[in-house]
Amino acid sequence: MGERERRGAPPYGGTFVPRALVMDAEHIRRAIKRMAHEIVERNHGLDNVVVIGLQTGGIEPAQQLVDALEAIEGVRTPLGSVDVAFHRDDIGLRPVLPEAPTEINDDLNGRTVVLVDDVLFTGRTVRAALDAINDFGRPRAVQLAVMVDRGHRELPIRADFVGKNLPTARSESVKVTCDSVEIGFMQK
Amino acid sequence: MNHLLSIDDLTGDDIREVLRITPSFAEVAQRRIAKVPALRGQTVALLFYEDSTRTRLSFEVAAKRLSADTLNVSVSSSSVNKGESLRDTAETIEAMGIDAVVVRHRSSGVPLQLTRWLDAAVLNAGDGWHQHPTQALIDCHTLHQQLGDLSGSRIAIVGDIKHSRVARSNVAAFTKLGASVVLVAPPTLLPAAVSTWPVTVETNMDAAMASVDAVYLLRMQRERQNSAFVPDLREYAIRYGMTSARAALVGPDVPILHPGPMNRGVEIAAAVPDLDQVVVIDQVRNGVAVRMAVLFLLLGSGPPPELPIASDPSSEAATSATST
Repeated sequence: MGERERRGAPPYGGTFVPRALVMDAEHIRRAIKRMAHEIVERNHGLDNVVVIGLQTGGIEPAQQLVDALEAIEGVRTPLGSVDVAFHRDDIGLRPVLPEAPTEINDDLNGRTVVLVDDVLFTGRTVRAALDAINDFGRPRAVQLAVMVDRGHRELPIRADFVGKNLPTARSESVKVTCDSVEIGFMQK
Repeated sequence: MNHLLSIDDLTGDDIREVLRITPSFAEVAQRRIAKVPALRGQTVALLFYEDSTRTRLSFEVAAKRLSADTLNVSVSSSSVNKGESLRDTAETIEAMGIDAVVVRHRSSGVPLQLTRWLDAAVLNAGDGWHQHPTQALIDCHTLHQQLGDLSGSRIAIVGDIKHSRVARSNVAAFTKLGASVVLVAPPTLLPAAVSTWPVTVETNMDAAMASVDAVYLLRMQRERQNSAFVPDLREYAIRYGMTSARAALVGPDVPILHPGPMNRGVEIAAAVPDLDQVVVIDQVRNGVAVRMAVLFLLLGSGPPPELPIASDPSSEAATSATST
């Protein structure tokens, strides 16, 4: 997930070398379920809620969240995806290419958008995503769900729903797949 | 890539990368607010020494959808009419601070020459008989939408090949994607060096139409023809035009392309453009998205990574091992 973006991008470029397994498939399943309950509680149901995953790491967790929300409330929440490549603040500084077309088929005016990503780090990707979804309307509210919050924010952004708070060193790297969260480092 | 001068400078993988990212740019046009800030603060000059409607407009729309500013230099109302040289015009525009020049000129090699004079990225929008690379990328994308992977498919290019930069770019692009190309034209409209091209040649159009996956029609470029290459346009239309009968012969599932502007009644019969298999409007629509992709690759994607990590097979293997 997100490998292409990270691959060529110093200081993150290189091969991921895992140090420790932080979450296994069962941990992830429980975290998704808990976050789904929190989303329902916060919004008093799922009326007007739209779930949007960030390319590429947020796509899988967004899908899992929508499944979990359906299991709780019995309704299928609209699911979209957003690619923030055109809204990044580092265009021209390093190679940034779009991964897949943004798919938002619902008018976001007046909706509650739940943005989903795998790892919350500097907050810059989320900043770009907030800009990108503005092209699709003016949501009533935007909430942020992440599988891992690893700290080191560079912008005033916080998550509303967190799978796991994971203290890290800046030099470390976090890898999220559909059935594991690992902490490690990138080797050049 | 720093400039886009010719399809010959690209590999098959480069072309496939353009095709991979193009749908992301097409999606931008569908948004309620069809504009993204990707190239904010960059300026693209459009320097057209030859008539053009769709290419110039499509580059202009593409640049604007990416928030770049555009400078239109239309030669008929500029100092070129006072005798200013190409180099002086180009350097004057660059002195105003531009990041890219889109150039069309009747002489082959002008875009290459500009790269030696300017620091800006140069995009070839057609130079003489030589190349029209963005048109070829658009045609690859349109055919990719229609046929999927082009490798193994047979594509006929019909008409005035000798004078066509579109044909030269498309032969290179289609071949790099693994398609085989058959040129269909009277011998007088074939280039002298056609035997060195990676193509087969057919002078009987009906025979060629029997087994192709796509047909690409070229405009009769009468403005470039300095002598009588065909006895008569009506005879040409009968022998090499896409008539309704030939459209039926190739079959309704075979896409028919044309770079425009069409000469109805010459290379394409008046009624044929209205058939569903004619994808000329798709080509125009794709033109904006493909040119956005090219502008973004040239101006927006930043310097290349310090390490060629993607090409190292051992690191690929290690990464995929950790993700499963």
